Amino acid sequence: MTLSASQITVGDTRSALLVEDLKRTQLVQYAGASGDYNPLHTDDLYTREVAGYPGVFAHGMLTMGITGTLLTDWVGDGRLTRFGVRFVNQVWPGDTLSGTAEITAIREENGEHFVDLSVVTTNQHDVPVITGTASARIDA
Amino acid sequence: MATERFPVEAGHIMMFARSIGDGNPIYHDEDYAAGTEVGHIIAPPTFPQAQAQFDPTYRLRPKIGEPWFGSGAEPTGVTASSEVGSGGGGGLHAEQHFEYHRHLRPGDVLSLTVRPGETWEKQSKRAGTLTFSETITEYRDQDGELVITARGVGVRTEKPVEN
Repeated sequence: MTLSASQITVGDTRSALLVEDLKRTQLVQYAGASGDYNPLHTDDLYTREVAGYPGVFAHGMLTMGITGTLLTDWVGDGRLTRFGVRFVNQVWPGDTLSGTAEITAIREENGEHFVDLSVVTTNQHDVPVITGTASARIDA
Repeated sequence: MATERFPVEAGHIMMFARSIGDGNPIYHDEDYAAGTEVGHIIAPPTFPQAQAQFDPTYRLRPKIGEPWFGSGAEPTGVTASSEVGSGGGGGLHAEQHFEYHRHLRPGDVLSLTVRPGETWEKQSKRAGTLTFSETITEYRDQDGELVITARGVGVRTEKPVEN
């Protein structure tokens, strides 16, 4: 379940359905596991009446975590050397997210092989919610 | 104040992986993990952020005996607070970047050092003036080795983001 430099090409892509009909309970679950109890993600009354948003929305880090699964399922466990994202739009309960990663470079450094990737996660309206890049150590 | 002691625990990793919907056994099954290239359970790539659990002063966790700004009888538990932010906007996460010098495993005991990075402003049609600020966090293990470097960018918005 690891990538080999000899078997991949720049431009190769991998897509996956990441979450279907995101549930509020998953936001609660993520708050508990991550320790980020910002009421914006679990407290609808606060979020509507004090913060001024239509309702609770997902932690950016939840969407990043969900997106990370697409990468680790592709490059293999423990192989990521870098993963970074920008949070470009909010994610709401009920959203269905899909991700696509693309190989942008294959390189060799000090005898080790690496792959660079771009990644984008979009919602059911094809609006990007996360854009990012990653690198991973791969086999020869 | 930065987290001085972040013990990486197997149960915490399992709960974290569940919360992001990742059923990969490398995150919860010791026997499975022993037979992989890695050879042991590791933490998912975004797990380092869960250090917030061990930050004694973390602002976004209710603390015993202190007011909490989430709703109770009223929409917020505090009457006037900087935490609510100007114009109902407030803090959002704009970017997050991790560099993995190695991946975390149960038994690691990390200590963090945090330093501010750059700050900058931008105008936005959807949220007014945006003030960005960068934070760099270094995670070191029990041997003093740098294992993760994280760079986060937070943004304070003048008003709630229009959707």
